[in-house]
Amino acid sequence: MELIRILLRSSRFVTGFGIIASVLAFALLGPTLLTDVGPFQRVGGLFDPPSSDALLGTDNFGRDVFTQLMYGTRTSLFIGLVAGFVATAIGVAIGTLAGYFSGVIEEALMGLTNVLITIPPIVVLILLSVAVDTRTATTMGVIIGVTAWPWTARAVRAQTSSLRTREHVDIARISGVGSLEMMLVEILPYMFSYIFMAFILQLTGGILAEATLSMLGLGPFQTVSLGTMLHWSLLWESVRVGAWWAFVPATIFLSISSFSLILMNAGMDEIFNPTLRHTR
Amino acid sequence: MVLAPPGSGDGRDAAVNGAILSATGLTKVFGSGRHATVAVDHLDFEIAAGEVVALIGESGSGKTTTGRMLLGLMQPTAGTVRFQGTDLATLRKRHGMKGYWRSVQAVFQDPFASLNSFYSVKRCMLNTFKLFPRKPPYAERLQRVREAIHTVGLDVDDVLAKHPHQLSGGQRQRLMVARTLVIQPQVLIADEPTSMIDASSRAAILNILLDLRAKFGFTVIFITHDIGMAYYTSDRLFIMHEGRIVEEGPADAIIRDPQHAYTQRLLADVPTLQREWVL
Amino acid sequence: MPALLEARDIKAYYRTPSGDDIKAVDGVSLGLNEGEVLGIAGESGCGKTTLAQVIALTVQKPLYVRSGEVLLDGMPALTLDPETMRREIRGKTISTVPQGAMNSLNPTLRIRDLAIDVMRDHHPRITRREAVERARERLASLGLSPRVLDSYPHQLSGGMKQRVITVVSTLLDPKLLIVDEPTSALDVTSQKVVIKLLIDLLQRGIIRSIVFITHELPLLRHVADRIAIMYAGKLVEFGAMDDLVFHAKHPYTQRLVDSILVPEPGMKERTVTGIPGRPPDMRNPPPGCRFAARCHEKMDICSQDPPGFEHQGREVWCWLHQDQETGATRR
Repeated sequence: MELIRILLRSSRFVTGFGIIASVLAFALLGPTLLTDVGPFQRVGGLFDPPSSDALLGTDNFGRDVFTQLMYGTRTSLFIGLVAGFVATAIGVAIGTLAGYFSGVIEEALMGLTNVLITIPPIVVLILLSVAVDTRTATTMGVIIGVTAWPWTARAVRAQTSSLRTREHVDIARISGVGSLEMMLVEILPYMFSYIFMAFILQLTGGILAEATLSMLGLGPFQTVSLGTMLHWSLLWESVRVGAWWAFVPATIFLSISSFSLILMNAGMDEIFNPTLRHTR
Repeated sequence: MVLAPPGSGDGRDAAVNGAILSATGLTKVFGSGRHATVAVDHLDFEIAAGEVVALIGESGSGKTTTGRMLLGLMQPTAGTVRFQGTDLATLRKRHGMKGYWRSVQAVFQDPFASLNSFYSVKRCMLNTFKLFPRKPPYAERLQRVREAIHTVGLDVDDVLAKHPHQLSGGQRQRLMVARTLVIQPQVLIADEPTSMIDASSRAAILNILLDLRAKFGFTVIFITHDIGMAYYTSDRLFIMHEGRIVEEGPADAIIRDPQHAYTQRLLADVPTLQREWVL
Repeated sequence: MPALLEARDIKAYYRTPSGDDIKAVDGVSLGLNEGEVLGIAGESGCGKTTLAQVIALTVQKPLYVRSGEVLLDGMPALTLDPETMRREIRGKTISTVPQGAMNSLNPTLRIRDLAIDVMRDHHPRITRREAVERARERLASLGLSPRVLDSYPHQLSGGMKQRVITVVSTLLDPKLLIVDEPTSALDVTSQKVVIKLLIDLLQRGIIRSIVFITHELPLLRHVADRIAIMYAGKLVEFGAMDDLVFHAKHPYTQRLVDSILVPEPGMKERTVTGIPGRPPDMRNPPPGCRFAARCHEKMDICSQDPPGFEHQGREVWCWLHQDQETGATRR
């Protein structure tokens, strides 16, 4: 497809995509191909340094860090994906409705959005996490998504507001097209590239939000994620003890995941925004 | 042809006036308080069925806003728009806007923005049938679309298969006219239909519009800043300035002997071929 | 005296990402004398803006000059190094107001910053005060309020913006000013004042000649001394304004003039027909005369590209006028 060919021309997109794809491959295929122990299996003692048995040593419970990294990345990415999806869906829905209908509906929705934006998300996240009994990865993703949608809603509202004045929308209106179809057919497709990039950013935010919550001890039960790895390593003072393998790999993976996604986004922005293109 | 439902909320009989579209005290104010701008200032005019008129004005004159109010795309702040004697608000309440739009349609300025670039031409054209309460079967709909496209001088098979970005501005604008043909309205409002098209293609669009008017009898309202185009096409001209109609009359009379100072200045400022342009 | 500007067989193409060449200007030669207003007219896609960029020496990727030369006062200009070009020519000898310039003004800078930039580019040691003073004087001498210098672009009307840009572009008294569609987005009233300013600049000797690019022939009828009509990357007719507008010889020019809609008595009685069809794809222009496909007077010989035939001071690139030529042909 033409679009893919153009995207492949952006070095930023290719690099970013390459990195995140590798991370994904590691997380998805690693458990079958690269290791033969489980993430909760005891393979050694407290903070064993890296050896031939355990490539990245063991954590405070004696579990293989290398394996944990794989499963942990998987969980973190999954939560990020759920959060991204939820946040984008809510943000796009609210933003489009507000931007399209304007007037009272817009005032009400944007008022709500603006109030929510001012509340520090971490506070809400903590409160929600404490209040909700089950702590599965999916629930976490939903909770994060539900607190992250406001800025997407604002941006989408602005775009919808401006798209609404375009002539093809007028033509559709005088052709008797109804409001729902108008939003889905005449407006949404024009925002697609933006929505996709917003989704990627929400994904990134979700991954980092999960890490934050987990490090505070509010992570998913009986699951290993990059955040929980960091949580345990902090709790057991791995830094003071010098067990770098307990916290450095997870940190690196968190960093490169976010970085590569943002790089990918920058590459896409170049393509969708011709004014940003480099002259070749 | 579908007629709009008759209405006589105020007892006026449209047939007596012959006015198909009229405005009384039409006003639009944007903003409020100190920053309020009066875009359209108590307009009064009447357009008879079958006429070709032009609303002429420079940017900021309020002509586009007037057009949108006539189309029902914008609510006036005050005053009324009447179609065949019944005001728009009543029509909207009683029958919804679809009925009105079966009778009053538009062609807009930017052919590149008038079509949704994500969908094929065929889909856009077939969409117009949403206006009809009882859609004819698909085969018949397609046939009507094909006929309309043929009438405006485009190669039907070539155009239907394409997406808007594959067509030129002139072709797209013709398509917009074809779209209105499918609907067969009584009034066609053309808002700067040729300002974004090359000079050599302009005549084609204008001639199509005028031919169709001759054949089907619809009323055409041009909204434009191009006095030359307005003069060539229209029977009557309305000159707008700062939200008001400063002069109106038969096209010839206005061009040969403008009365209002603004009209005189406007005409003097247009570079023509024969007359000396005093700078 | 030698022509102020001479363009010789310019071929300027756009290289697309897929490797094709869009042959926007495909062999155009023309000359401009001092004191003259040369109009270049044509419809969208004919190559006139590209030609303007070549003449103004502002060629940038993906546009490249495949062949041809631009001579300024007899000296080749395209082959100069960028530094000399910037220092000696741009702004000083040639200045250009590109299409849509008034919408490209930096909204966060005041007009006087623009003036200072222009002056500083060629007089690096000039102080802000001197530069602003110079701009102020120039504006006042042309009847414009010097207060515009303190304004931001959004505070000025379209007509004023265009005039201000024109004045700032000519602060260094360039010999040649190139304007591309200077009035296309303006009302007729604003259009008039912008044109008046251009004529003023010319009459006062601040600039010596103008290349005026537009698709609107009525404008050129009133300001141009000579007009060149372009179609599909080539010239089709070139001569004195009067000849071209009132006695056009090339079928395209004739049809173009016929398509003009002006509010003049008598306009209503005519039937204006326009030109059927579309201009050719500039990636693969057809061999032979490029207008042939749409020409109502096409002949067999039109499958060959016509050379320019000279008739009493004008050139027509059309086989119809071959037998009247006096023996001089030029490509």
